[in-house]
Amino acid sequence: MSDTSEDWPLYEVFLRGKRGLNHVHVGSLHAADAHMALHHARDVYTRRNEGVSIWVVASKDITASSPDEKDPFFAPSGDKVYRHPTFYAIPDNVPHM
Amino acid sequence: MDTYDAYQAITDVTEDQRWAFGAGFDDPLSGIDTTIPDGVSADDLAAYCEMLGDDALLMSHRLQQWVGHAPELEEEAALANIALDLLGQARFLLARAGTVDGSGRTEDDYAFLRGPAQFRHVRLVEIVDNDFGLAMARLLVFSTWRLAVLDRLRVSRDPVLAAIADKGVKEMTYHRDYAAQWVIRLGDGTEFSHQRVQAGLDHVAPFVGELFTDSDVETRLAAAGVGVRPSETHAEFDAALDAVLSAATLGCPAWSASGGATRTAGHRDTLTRLLAELQSVARAHPGATW
Amino acid sequence: MTTVELQEHFDRTIAHDRRIEPRDWMPDGYRKTMIRQISQHAHSEIIGMQPEGYWITRAPSLRRKAILLAKVQDEAGHGMYLYCAAETLGVDRADLTRRLISGDQKYSSIFNYPSLTFADVGVIGWLVDGAAICNQVPLCRSSFGPYARAMIRICKEESFHQRQGYELLMTMMRGTRAQRAMVQDASNRWWWPSLMMFGPPDNDSPNTEQSMAWGIKRHTNDELRQRFVDMTVPQAEALGVTLPDPDLRWNEERGHHDFGQVDWAEFKRVIRGDGPCNAERIGNRRAAHESGAWVRAAAAAHATKHASPATSDDQAAMQQNAQGGPDE
Repeated sequence: MSDTSEDWPLYEVFLRGKRGLNHVHVGSLHAADAHMALHHARDVYTRRNEGVSIWVVASKDITASSPDEKDPFFAPSGDKVYRHPTFYAIPDNVPHM
Repeated sequence: MDTYDAYQAITDVTEDQRWAFGAGFDDPLSGIDTTIPDGVSADDLAAYCEMLGDDALLMSHRLQQWVGHAPELEEEAALANIALDLLGQARFLLARAGTVDGSGRTEDDYAFLRGPAQFRHVRLVEIVDNDFGLAMARLLVFSTWRLAVLDRLRVSRDPVLAAIADKGVKEMTYHRDYAAQWVIRLGDGTEFSHQRVQAGLDHVAPFVGELFTDSDVETRLAAAGVGVRPSETHAEFDAALDAVLSAATLGCPAWSASGGATRTAGHRDTLTRLLAELQSVARAHPGATW
Repeated sequence: MTTVELQEHFDRTIAHDRRIEPRDWMPDGYRKTMIRQISQHAHSEIIGMQPEGYWITRAPSLRRKAILLAKVQDEAGHGMYLYCAAETLGVDRADLTRRLISGDQKYSSIFNYPSLTFADVGVIGWLVDGAAICNQVPLCRSSFGPYARAMIRICKEESFHQRQGYELLMTMMRGTRAQRAMVQDASNRWWWPSLMMFGPPDNDSPNTEQSMAWGIKRHTNDELRQRFVDMTVPQAEALGVTLPDPDLRWNEERGHHDFGQVDWAEFKRVIRGDGPCNAERIGNRRAAHESGAWVRAAAAAHATKHASPATSDDQAAMQQNAQGGPDE
């Protein structure tokens, strides 16, 4: 099990570009807090382009619903955006990529 | 149905310059009036550009040494960004020096062909750091100081310096904020991190006085409305550092006093080793184009 | 829904070339394979920072320095995009890092070769990134949505990398004799390892069939390897570089280049951990991770101290849940 004392939680990143109409989900990153997450988002997802609007949200705070996706692990309306890492053990190496 | 064509994506031409800051093929000074302002000595202006350029070049070098060694992947991206910004500033400044002193030297001539005695940086940027606490302490001091200087340089009568300063202020604000946030996290984090960053600040303290010591070149250029006397930024620096250190629950070190020798390079161990790493490949191939 | 119905839904999605998303039901084997593939790919990007990263401080011109620094930064970013994609499958990046460091998970063995000269930087861009692009463009159509989207973003950036590497080589090949010799030497060292990047031959690749059925793999190893050779031969000619394979020749009948036998014994040795730089690459990653632990811990401690009272309770509760969670 991971040593949680040094691990940083996961944040989802949303960007709206200079010519964009709305924020778009671009991925995620790890940060110790929201302020750091904003900095990181700027460094990793925009490489410091100015004029980009950034939203960061802790992944655990997102509630998701997508009735076509049928995994019984998730409640059909209103559940986590994806499985959080308490659930799955890492498989070992395969001989080649 | 996902119809996005991946092959199209990779052949689409994009104007996105961001993948290599300042790595374009254009002359960095194109479009800017490069004549020397009236009443300004060309030698002084060239020396000043070298000073500001060398500070940025060597500080960038120290940050580049963190690539692959940062404490988290996100910090790799952040430190590389800062290093790229400073490298960009150095390139503009060193290129400017060459156009001003009549030598026609390029940015690479300055970076790779000068010997230790010819560099004009402050000793702060030479400090070897393999400790993140020390790295952030030094970056905080450097960024706060340089931001204050560039901020005043925006109204320089030299249009090139003014343009470089204008761009640089945005960058330095970001760098200072990054370093300040880290000093605060480390200062007010764990006991261990508190000690490490405090030790970093104490290690940096003896090099701070030099930052606010006016050289003759800076004094003359400031009088001509072209340069900035760093002593004028001391109060702003103190106020900024006090605010950060207080939020970080850190003690303010005894910064060294200004007024001594400034920007005297030479055959110091640290500098010789730094330049060996920086210059060895270039020097091994004299006259080669890369 | 029953498992049979879930499986049918999954199969239909794949058959219609649609994406599987994180909240979709998926067979266990698919999930495991995706985690392995994505995390190994992510590890490769991070380890790949090292052979080129070494030359940043030593780059012989400021422009090359900037280009290389930006490229290595991109690679860190690629690793992050991929770890994010893996995390949507219910794993934690810190755990993946621990697995990499302990040797449980691997990375592309191409990075177990040393970068001996500055010309290696150009050749890595030309051949290694070139091979990676061949591998990766088909992955943009991977059946797993987050992976496909990460790959599209990565491929765009990687094409710049290859172009810049090639441009450095063109500059060097038009330069001094020493520069030209450096390029030829680097090409001699990186050519065969680049061919190995496509994995073992199809008849020695047991996972290929299942991976193709799941839409994880779109072409076989040999198909991609052949494509890479065909693309690269004219590039080498344009450079004036001789590829170190006396059996390399155009085959009019096949419409492809014939090429010599890859040394698969060497490939297996390097994968097993016996390559020139295996220990060094992992050692560096371990050192960075371990020496950074106090920094990460400090940031986490600071965040906890300064969180709002409600958030502190949530964090405490989360920690409790995390410790009590099921382990497979």
